[in-house]
This record gives sequence, C-alpha cells and structure tokens, in this order.
Amino acid sequence: MIYQGKQKIWADYQKEIPDDHWFYVRSCIRQNFFPGAEKMFLEICRNVLHKDFYETENHTTCGGIAYHCDTIPQETVMTIVARQFALMTEAGYENYVASCITSFGNYIEILETWNEFPELETRIREMLWKACRREFKKPKYVAHASDLIYKYRNLIAEKARYRLINRNTGEPLKVVEHIGCHYSKMFPSKGVGGAEYPYVLCGMIESWGGNVIDYPERRHCCGYGFRQYHVKANRGYSISNTHKKFESMEPYHPDMIITNCPGCPYFMDRWQYAIAEMEGKTYGENGYGIPVFTYEEVAGLVLGYDPWDLGLQLHQVAVEPLLDKIGIEYDPAAKYEGLDHKDLLRPELPGVLRCC
Amino acid sequence: MMDFGFKISPSSAINLDNADLSLYDELCKAEPDICKCMACGSCSAACPANRFSGMSVRKLIIDLQRGKKKEAVKMLSDCMLCGKCTMVCPRGINTRHLILSICKLYKED
Amino acid sequence: MKENILIIGGGIAGLEAAAQLLKLGYNPIIVEKSDHLGGHVAEWNRLFPDMTPAEDVVSRLIAGAGEANIFLNTGISFVNRLKDSYNIMLSNGISVITRILLFATGFTLFDAAKKEEYGYGVYNQVMTNMDLERWFNTGNDERIPEEGPKTMGFVHCVGSRDEKARNPQCSKVCCITAVKQAIEMKQKFPDAMIYCFYMDLRMFGKKYEDFYISAQRDYGIRFIRGRVSEVSENIEGRLVVKAEDTLSGKPVKVTMDLLVLMAGIVCNPDTCRTAGLVSLPVDSDGFLKSRDNIADITESPKEGIFYAGTCTGPKTVPETLAEARSAALAIHNYIQGLK
Repeated sequence: MIYQGKQKIWADYQKEIPDDHWFYVRSCIRQNFFPGAEKMFLEICRNVLHKDFYETENHTTCGGIAYHCDTIPQETVMTIVARQFALMTEAGYENYVASCITSFGNYIEILETWNEFPELETRIREMLWKACRREFKKPKYVAHASDLIYKYRNLIAEKARYRLINRNTGEPLKVVEHIGCHYSKMFPSKGVGGAEYPYVLCGMIESWGGNVIDYPERRHCCGYGFRQYHVKANRGYSISNTHKKFESMEPYHPDMIITNCPGCPYFMDRWQYAIAEMEGKTYGENGYGIPVFTYEEVAGLVLGYDPWDLGLQLHQVAVEPLLDKIGIEYDPAAKYEGLDHKDLLRPELPGVLRCC
Repeated sequence: MMDFGFKISPSSAINLDNADLSLYDELCKAEPDICKCMACGSCSAACPANRFSGMSVRKLIIDLQRGKKKEAVKMLSDCMLCGKCTMVCPRGINTRHLILSICKLYKED
Repeated sequence: MKENILIIGGGIAGLEAAAQLLKLGYNPIIVEKSDHLGGHVAEWNRLFPDMTPAEDVVSRLIAGAGEANIFLNTGISFVNRLKDSYNIMLSNGISVITRILLFATGFTLFDAAKKEEYGYGVYNQVMTNMDLERWFNTGNDERIPEEGPKTMGFVHCVGSRDEKARNPQCSKVCCITAVKQAIEMKQKFPDAMIYCFYMDLRMFGKKYEDFYISAQRDYGIRFIRGRVSEVSENIEGRLVVKAEDTLSGKPVKVTMDLLVLMAGIVCNPDTCRTAGLVSLPVDSDGFLKSRDNIADITESPKEGIFYAGTCTGPKTVPETLAEARSAALAIHNYIQGLK
C-alpha cells in the first residue's frame, strides 16, 4: 500500500465544511440502535467545542428508507425534504447537517436532481405550499455529521483523555473503518476523500492515535441493504455480505470497527451474534466479537465520557475488552443501571458469542 | 446451532485461486486446441441436444477452465457424439475428439 | 530557396513526414517539446506483430529525417496569421515563416490513476503498459519480483471505451499490446499464470489473430471476458482482483502478484492548446477534426494546415507511418497547386 497515493486522492476530494452555525436533523433509527450517539454529537459540538447547532422537534423522517425500499414515489420524498429545508430557512440557518447517511445521500441526490431539472424543483415548491404553506431556501452547505467530527477531529484530539492505543503494549489500535454506501458512492465529490478511499473516518482514527486497516472487502456493503434485510426471505443475503466482510478482515485481528451510517454498525454488531449462532464462529479475541462503534461514540470515549452514558450497554458485542485495552475507566456494576440507579435487569447471554 | 429461518449463502463467485486445474492441464496436453476456444457459441447453436438438455461445448470448456468438473461431467452425459459441433467450429477444434478425451480423463469422477 | 514546412512533433509521424518532404525537395523544420525524438515509440521495447525492436524503427526514422532542422525542448509560443502564410514564434526565440503547418502532435497515455478502483499509485503491484515496456527496456522496476510473478493479469480498456473517463473511443492498440506483453511475460516466466481481462478482443490488424491464437494455444494465457471492477490488497500485499466472468455469468475473484493496466490513447492536451492558436476545430472524440474522416483525414479544414498520426485519433505504428507519407504527398500537391 502506498500511503502517499491515497493522500493524493484525498487531496482531490476535499469538501468545504463551514466551521459553525448548523441546522441539525436526526436519524429515524439511530436513537433506538445507538441511543447515545446523537446526544453525544450535540454535546461535543455545543458544550465541548462551543459551536452553534440548532435542532427542532418539528422535523420528520427524510423518507429515505421508504424511498430506497420502493414504497413511496420520489416526489413525496422531495416534498418531505423540502419541508425540512423550510424548517431550516425559518430558523435562519443555511448550513444543513444530517445525522443519517441515507438522509445525507437523499438530500444531496435531491439537490443535484433539482439542479438538473429545475422544473421539478418548481413543482415541489408548489406541492409544499399546497400541503403546508411553507417556503424554503436551499441550504448553502449540506454535510453529514461525520464531516463535522472529521473537521473537529484535531480539536477533539487536543481535549482527549484517551487515545486509540493499547495501553499495555503502547501500540496503536488496529481500526477498521466502514463508510455507509450513501455517503459518497452516489456523489464521490460530496464525501471527504471520495468513494474508493474515503478519508472521513480514517482522518479521525489517525488523529486519535489508531492505525487504519485496509482489508480486501473494505468497500463492500455492511449487509443491511434495505430490502435485503427488510424482506425476511432476503435476510440470508444480508448476513452473507456481513459474513464476507468479517472473513476478509479476520486475518488483520482488528481491535474495533468505526462506522458513520445508522445501519452499518447495527448490522455489523448484531450479525456477529447471528453468525456465532449459525456457524459457531467469533471474530474477536477469546470468543468475544469485534466491537463496532459510531464515530460519535468513539469521540465520546476518547473525550472521557462514561461508556454507559454513551449507551454502549446496548451493543451486542461486548465493549469491555476494548475499554480495558485503552484503559478507559468504567463501573461493571453500573452497566445495566438506569439513570435513576434503578436496576434494569441483565439481558440473557448468548450461547456462543462471549459477552459481559 | 440456532435456526433463524435464513442462512449464510455460499458465495456464487468463482475463486480462481482455489480452482483445481490439474486435470484441465492434462487435458490441454492431450488436446492443445481446447485453449483456442473463443466462446463464439457456434457449437452450442449447432448442437441438436442443446435445446433439450442445455448441452453446450462452449459452456463445457468454460466449466473445465474454471475448475468446475462436476458441472462439466454432468453435461457430457447429454452429448450424442453426432459431430455437428466439429463441423461448425471456426477455430478447427475437433470437439468430438475433445469430448472423448474429456470422458477418458474425467471418468473417475 | 527551399520552402519551409513546420512540423509540430518529433514522434514517428513527424520524422517520417520530414523524411518524405526532404525527398520532395522541401525544408522541414521539426519542433519537439521533449528532449528526444521518436515520441512514445522511442520508449517502447518491441513492436507487434513481428517483435521488431522499437529502437530499430526509431533510429531508421531519425536517420531518414537527418537533414531536417530539428529543435528539441521547444514549443510553439504563438502564431501570427499573415496574408498567405504563418509567422510562428518558437519558445526558443526563433521565428519561422511558413505556408505549411503539419500537426504530428500525437497522443498522451491515459492517466491510469484516474480509474481509482484499480489502485494505480495506491497498491504496490499495479503498473501500466508503459511501465512494463520500460521494464522490458531497463529491467528496473520494484513491482516485478526477480523470480517473476506467480499470477498476473492484464486489464484491457483502461480509460478507453469509458464514457465516464470521457474517452468513449477504442484505443485500438491495447488489445494486441496486452497479448504481446502477456506472451513476452510468459516467455520470461514460463511458470506464471497469466490472465487477460477483456470486453472484446479487437484483433483487426495483420497477424493479430495469429498472435491471439498463439497466446491461447502455445502460451496458455487465460482470457476472461469481463472488465475488472475492483482491485484491493490482502494481508500479504498481494492483489485481489474482481471481475465478472461474463461467459459463465458469475463473478470471479483471483489473487495476483502483478496487474498491468492497459492505459489507452487519449488526446494530447498540448495539441489542443496549439490547435487553439490557429483556431483548429476539435472532433467529437476530442481529437483534431479532419476535413473529411474518409477521404481527407490528413487535411484540416484550414488552408495550409495538415495532420499526421494520432493527433486525429488512435493509430498503430504502420498506420501512422502510412499517414505521414500521405500527409507529405498532400502537402506537396497543395504547394504545387499554389504555383
């Protein structure tokens, strides 16, 4: 691998990301999958870095999942998105940041479509006006939330309590990065680092002390693939793809996986349990799995937030071996304690995949 | 093992690293012309068995080249050795002779 | 006094045209931007279909053009249109007045790094057709192990027949070059397993098909019909190459020690700049536009401006030489007509 060759490509795919004043929209599913991730994003941006991030309870889904599952027409998705832009315009913002990769891809795709077909934009404006009497300006900048953490990565590193380093050996952790398909595969120029060698997560890993692993199936889909999973008859395709990725990364013995999509960390995390049950195979050390994180969770961890406040107890694959490796302090007894210290009861442990 | 109602499906990709071509290499020594096939398909188009059984010398050769012995041998049983494929092959491959050589080499399987 | 004819480009087209124009009694002046004559062919090792050393061809051509005025490391700074001639200022400060300009500006090789999925410049074991020829000439390239590659591949049509790379045209010479290079590698490393990934094999020229049959039958080179989709590197630093074997209708994967990208022929951006100085039109394929693509391929739509070689599109060496002679004759006839 020629690192300078990648740097050359990264230099070609740098996008402009304003430093401050963003209108933030959440994902439909991330708060259930990774309940601490979005909260941590706002916490870091607002309270650690003192940036202006606005969010409104009036925003809805972007319609992306329905669009990609082929259940609603594109005009409907566009009108939903137009309403989101109207909320941004009403709040006085011009920079729009999405928490979800599919939303981000959806916004970019719609804006590009309107560029190519302005008559469609006019029609959507009419539809939005008829539906809810709103008007909008198109955002000046659209970013994915990982673009911002990428932008702030060095500020975060300055304030970090921990680094992605094995404290026993002093060696950098071996980190797999996985990018959501809709981040840059549709529009390579809209993603930091492009589509073949995206840099957005690599940049965070490098700046927080880890070593990026580039394995043969790095560009492969996580396995979610919307209809592959949502239709039960297709679920075998979903897990087969995830299986392919784990088989490909296995020889590198990764310590952890960082992702920037709602679906990817969920499927890479949960399917490790299903693969263990189906094949009797686990990919981490000593029967554990390879822990999978969102970039916000990792940012929270290096900044020294309590792992249980980050919601890491909701991961299927146990995170404790990694926390120990980095030297992050945590209270094992508090793992399944509610905010009011009430005991939330312990989940049943799986038969094959070792968990805590 | 738990049954979730779906399975990890094996990859349909041909992995050339694992293809066992030892028999094919031997076949090439006996029938060097097999390498000249350019997959034009005239053999399959001329084959009277093709439309009934899917017999195709073109596919047979590709299967052998990709190490898919089982599929190839299975297809051979549909050949009636009429020799029409030999007549039409533009590269002059003696396909009839080739089929007999394949039968000899691969018959143990 | 002999009439000046300015030839832009000292590749094989420019040299051959100069030789012919000398014989016809003119004074050709070759302006070459690089430091050597013979263009791309001078950097090649051997030429299909008879494995002629490229060096022999180039030195013969240079000898033939020996009497011409040749300026190396020189470009065209600007051109003034006079009443019935051109005043051309060269980058070395010399100015030339001529009634005739011959574009023999050639092509550039497609920048293979633009096909990011193939990882040229990112993965250690990926090279281009040009790199391989250079290795044939010099024997120096870290990408090729001394004992030779165990498994290697050639990817046809890199940057050719590719609308996304903005080169929809076929580069014509890559199919046969890949087969030639595959045979040469097999001659050097008889134990190597060699694959060619192609979409079509366009074996149009004299003895090309024989070459292809020989590659199949005598050298055991494996041809896979399908364009490579993605290259990656495994933990041992070997390349994992993915394509579809379209004849089996299945995806195919193979691990290799070396991958050669057949970078195609694309229009030379310097040609377009120089053509702009005299307002020459560019054809829809990005190459210079001839007066007529059938009958007047060597003539531009502008008075006194002629073409030879790959400035009008991909061509083989013999085609380029034939065109250079044809351009020389067209120039001669044009000058005769002026008198």
